[in-house]
Amino acid sequence: MSKPKSWRDIPPATIAWGATAREVETGLWRSMRPVLDRKKCVSCLKCWLQCPDASILTDEDGKVTAVNLFFCKGCGICAEVCPVKAISMHPESDFANDTEKHGENPGNVGEYIGS
Amino acid sequence: MCPGCGAPTALRQAFMGIDAPVVVVGATGCLEVSTTVYPYSAWRTPFMHVAFENAGAAVSGVEAAYKAMKNKGNFKENIKFVAFGGDGGTYDIGLQSLSGALERGHDFTYICYNNQGYMNTGAQRSSATPQNASATTSPAGSVLPGKLQRAKNLTEIVAAHNIPYVAQTSLHNPMDLIMKVKRAVETPGPAFVNILVPCPLFWRIDQGDQVKLCKLAVDSKFWPVYEVENGVYSLSYTPKSEVPVEEFLKAQGRYAHLFKKGKERPDIVEHAQKEIDAEWEKLKGKCEK
Amino acid sequence: MAKTLEMLVNTLARNVEKHKEMTSGNLAFAEAMRQINPDVVAAYPITPSTEIPMRFAEFVADGQVDTEYVAVESEHSAITACVGASVSGGRVMTASSANGVGLMHEVFPIAAAFRAPIVFGLVNRSLGAPVNIHCDHSDSMPERDSGWVQIYCEDAQEVYDTALLSVRLAEHKDVLTPVFVCQDGFITSHCYEAVEMLSDEAVKEFVGERTPHYPLLDVDNPVSYGSFVMSEHYFEIKRNQMEGMFNVPRVYDEVSKELAAYTGREYPMLDCYRTEDAEYVVVIMSSAAGVVKDVVDDLRNRGIKAGCLRVRMFRPFPREAVKDALAGKKGVAVLDRSASIGGTAPIASEVKSALYDLSEKVPVQEYIFGLGGRDFFPKDAEMVFEMLEENDYTSDARFIGLLEGDK
Repeated sequence: MSKPKSWRDIPPATIAWGATAREVETGLWRSMRPVLDRKKCVSCLKCWLQCPDASILTDEDGKVTAVNLFFCKGCGICAEVCPVKAISMHPESDFANDTEKHGENPGNVGEYIGS
Repeated sequence: MCPGCGAPTALRQAFMGIDAPVVVVGATGCLEVSTTVYPYSAWRTPFMHVAFENAGAAVSGVEAAYKAMKNKGNFKENIKFVAFGGDGGTYDIGLQSLSGALERGHDFTYICYNNQGYMNTGAQRSSATPQNASATTSPAGSVLPGKLQRAKNLTEIVAAHNIPYVAQTSLHNPMDLIMKVKRAVETPGPAFVNILVPCPLFWRIDQGDQVKLCKLAVDSKFWPVYEVENGVYSLSYTPKSEVPVEEFLKAQGRYAHLFKKGKERPDIVEHAQKEIDAEWEKLKGKCEK
Repeated sequence: MAKTLEMLVNTLARNVEKHKEMTSGNLAFAEAMRQINPDVVAAYPITPSTEIPMRFAEFVADGQVDTEYVAVESEHSAITACVGASVSGGRVMTASSANGVGLMHEVFPIAAAFRAPIVFGLVNRSLGAPVNIHCDHSDSMPERDSGWVQIYCEDAQEVYDTALLSVRLAEHKDVLTPVFVCQDGFITSHCYEAVEMLSDEAVKEFVGERTPHYPLLDVDNPVSYGSFVMSEHYFEIKRNQMEGMFNVPRVYDEVSKELAAYTGREYPMLDCYRTEDAEYVVVIMSSAAGVVKDVVDDLRNRGIKAGCLRVRMFRPFPREAVKDALAGKKGVAVLDRSASIGGTAPIASEVKSALYDLSEKVPVQEYIFGLGGRDFFPKDAEMVFEMLEENDYTSDARFIGLLEGDK
């Protein structure tokens, strides 16, 4: 939602529309970046279960594909819980010249909620 | 939420256990604030926050309106109701409101994400803060070793309401948490789940260590994992090899004053171990009945 | 006269079934609740409003209503549950008094900001300490800036009519603002008088069904209520909320005319009793207006041009109407049943502010009366009019019926 030009354009009753926070990039806070080694990964989904920011991306078959850096704050829980050490943490400064995009698409916040 | 906070993980896992349309009510706290920073909302479900001390009453009203309107035929679907609060909004300021809602028997699940202190205002002590933890309103000083009082046992207080489902869990095992919330939500009437979640800032642990700390908490019996279904107690987890509580305490900066070189307090650590052992035996006794 | 006749004709044309009952302000409000049949009532007992939830609980027990009755553990939870139920899309009513109202204080502005159209039977009682169960307006006046509509009733009939009217007013799409229906504790709430009531069918037809806006229970279109808002949006959200209150006079006029077609009774926001040609006017609220009106009649018989202006709608305050009613008067006395300790009493401050724009000054004397249920007698009202005639004013508030020794 862009900033309204007038109080008249504000939705009534303090309401905000559901699931709009998916537009908010929390990945900007990150100082350490998780890097996934897909060759080592066994898709046990431990990282997916324990990620506070729902940033572990999976495909239709439930295989871990990437970390969504749009949301990832770099806490490193995924690396800690990984039983096969497929995720390693690296300082963001290592990627200063990196032009490749890393899944910088808003994900589905709360995709496990409701029907 | 701060990087590595246990609260969003707890709620994410909790909602994995809910397979129905759900309406959520939140008490004031870190999770409520950071998921509803206007004009955005992280809630894909309907969500309401009224104030700090009244999530129990707020969810009561929502559930009552649903019942009344469903009786009129306004709703075809079955909606579930979840209220959550931190330990501040649950153990302390919101306890009366929660107790009222439990006693009245509304059909809802209350989830307490318990990080053992007031984090939204900056690591103050709560009645869930364990004895000897250093918090900003019970700091460890040259005379006092942190909080002097023991933590309130809220799960037992809730169980004393004789509601159909009460459980205690943590982030040590996602399936335990998910299944408990599933049972709580599917149980008609009030249900309560108390989830221990680390706060990296207050506990002074590394951001990535929340699962490790939860494992230490359950393996040291500091945080027993159990449930009470219609008054019947059962342990959900018994540590295969028990860990001394010292290891759990040592892993956190909020107990650093107990292990400071030259000022060690083995007496306090020993006392803590004794109390934990006694509480565990008490709980085991209830489970065997 | 023509207007009254028109209303009478309309009423007869509709042939609305009515009946009279000997009842009290509390029981009249409870009866209105039964007829309105709200979705949720969450309430906690406190003297003198206790009879309302008690009587309503009987209706629930006897299956006379479809309401979910939530017998909460405190007033704070009562109003919170009402907010939850109202935001969910339900029609919601409750009642309270005094310290109960005080305990709810935190949640009133939240209800108003959520545009939760709760109808609240507020039975006025003094706010402790010391504890006193009798009437004054010290409980409702601290809530005058909470964003709720405040209507003060003179008698039980007005309480009944206002309860019905307030449901429509609060839930109107241009208003969506909660309403306090105030009545004087014990004086109105417990005294029995003849009250004319509509049939259940007529009430059902008049109140209709609520059409909620952005109900919380719409799981297909989820919204979040009560967000955390920084300075960049807060001001606009509050201004947006104010619009509901600003629309009250227009909608109130429409809805009260519609109700008058059923009842034959219409209550303007200001009750101007013989004020038109009056030289001296007493401004007052609620039940004590009856005493003043009586004295006005006496004085008129003695050739004194007295009048009584009863403020029925206190929020929104009908500033223009008050100005018009009091312009050109020789003297005005404002009688408040509560004090703003260290400031000007609530009604007096509103009246003085309304008269500020007049090019010709109207002198105003501030009085405080009836705190803690202290009786207000005709001789007190006579004294006030006498002092107006004598052009006797002070800049401070005067107290009526207070033991002051030899001043």
